[in-house]
This record gives sequence, C-alpha cells and structure tokens, in this order.
Amino acid sequence: MKASLEHLTERADAEGLLDVAYATIDSPFGSLLVATTPRGLVKVSLPEHDPEETLEDLAVRISPRVLEAPPRLDEVRRQLDLYFEGRLREFDLPLDWRLSKGFRRRALRAIDRIPYGKTRSYTQIATSAGNERAVRAAGTACGSNPIPIVVPCHRVVRSGGGLGGYGGGLPMKEALLEMERVLDGGG
Amino acid sequence: MPPFQALLDEHAANVMAVLRGAVGRADAEDCFQETFLAALRAYPKLGDDRNLRGWLLTIAHRKAIDHHRANGRRPLPVAEVEEVAIVEFPLDNGIWTEVAALPPKQRAAVALRYACDLPHTEIAAALGCSPDAARRSLHEGMKRLRKELA
Repeated sequence: MKASLEHLTERADAEGLLDVAYATIDSPFGSLLVATTPRGLVKVSLPEHDPEETLEDLAVRISPRVLEAPPRLDEVRRQLDLYFEGRLREFDLPLDWRLSKGFRRRALRAIDRIPYGKTRSYTQIATSAGNERAVRAAGTACGSNPIPIVVPCHRVVRSGGGLGGYGGGLPMKEALLEMERVLDGGG
Repeated sequence: MPPFQALLDEHAANVMAVLRGAVGRADAEDCFQETFLAALRAYPKLGDDRNLRGWLLTIAHRKAIDHHRANGRRPLPVAEVEEVAIVEFPLDNGIWTEVAALPPKQRAAVALRYACDLPHTEIAAALGCSPDAARRSLHEGMKRLRKELA
C-alpha cells in the first residue's frame, strides 16, 4: 500500500495536481509540519499547533489537493536541520507569501530581512512596513506569521527589552535567540 | 473540502480491496492509480463532501469497467459486475448501516468477505494481518451483527 501511495503522489506531482505538498519534520522543539506549493514554502506549523487543523486550513485557503509528499520538502528539511545545528544562518528557499496580505505581508517581508543573531523592535517593523504607529498590528503580523523560523519573527522583541510573544511559546523564542547569539559570536 | 490526504488515509485501503475483488490483484494497482488521479483532478470542483467514500467507489467501479473493456472481455462476466454493484450497497441498505457501525477491522473483514467475495487469505492480505486474525475479525463482526439484528 505504501508503494502505491508513493507512486500516486509522484504521478500527481508530474501531472501538476499537487497543489500543496506537506511533510512532518523533526526539530529540537518537536514536530514541525511544513507545506509547499509550486511557488515555494507556504507554511511552517510549530509544535504548539494541531497539524490536522493546519491541513484543513490549507485545504480551504489554497486548494483541497493537499497530499503528504516528503520528497518535495527535502530541501526545506535539509536547511532546517542545518539551522537547528547552528550551521545555517540564512535560508535560501523560495517562499509563497499568499497566506498574508497587505500590511501583514509588508511587516513579514521586513522581518524576513532581519539578519541572523539580531533583533528588531515591533516599532521598527511597523515603520519598515510603512506605518510607524501600527505597533500593535506589527505584533499581530508576527503572531500570524505563516512561515515562522524561516521568516524569523522570533527576532522581533519589545523596545524595552521584553521578549514579546511567540506562536510556538516563549521558551522556544528564547531558545532560538540564545542559539543564534551564542553561535553568532562564538563561531 | 477536507485535504485530499484525508481521503487517502481513510479510503485507499478500501478502494484497493474493492479493485482487487473486481479486476484481480495483478491489475488492481493500475486501476488504483487511475482512480485516485481521476479523483484528484475532479476533487476541487466536487463541492459536496457528504459521501466521499461512495464517490471514490463509483470512480473505482468505472475504472474497473474501463479495465475490462480494454482487455476486450465483452460482455462483462456477470459475476464481476454484480460484485462491484453490490459494493455500492452501503448507501441505503439497512444491514450495511449496521456493518458500517462495526469496529474498523471487523467492518473491513465482513465487507471484503460478503461484498467482494474474497477468501480469508485475501482478506488477510488486504488488512495486513494473518489469515487466522482475519477469520477472527470476520467471526467477531458476524457475531455482533447477529446480535444487533436479532
């Protein structure tokens, strides 16, 4: 049965019927669900989130042709593995931004430019996205980030030095920042 | 509509079992691929997810007929037509509502035995268990059905 299903997924891909391919990836924080469209990586779902719900949401918002196809996510897995080992500072993956719109998308694109090991404040992100007063909306954009880790919303913190929030839980945000800073200075 | 993967997870084994019954083990794989590719093509426009299993079995039925036609076996052997036709039972026949309520293994064993007319060894292969286990599932399922319908 497994071979039949793998074969089916390959044929679906070859015929352009694989609108959303997903896989589950191990990370130091638990299982991540990652999904890609033909345009690029569209979703990283953190361990806090229910994978079933994520898949249902993708089916509604992108296409119901959602199939588990781990080989399509091999490059994503490779880069995430290296990142968690501290051996990759910048992801080089095509991204599909379609799950965020307007101000949120602009804010996420600003977040995408924050270098490894650095942080920005919510105010700075709001300003980069074109509205310096929309600090709360910048926070919402972080919270709704469909591609966390790769689009590094964990690098956005409060101006006063507080950590702010994180969809995967604050301990995960803290651990990611610690890893990046430690490995950034120490090589 | 649910993610297509959910249809595969829930119904792929069942569709394969029905196809094995309809066209034989050797050709079931091809029909299985054709069935699910056709389903995947049509899925976004289906617009009604109330009976996905019935929808898949209908496509499988058509693919099985296509297969027989392609093999030049006309007219269709009567026994095989009936097998596939009977497999559409679950929709409104009372007894199959009871069958559908059985635990998964028992349900599959009963359906494969009496809808697809598979021997115990084939049921075992379809369920991924030993022939003895298949026989037990079938026995338990029938016992429960007799009690429900008594």
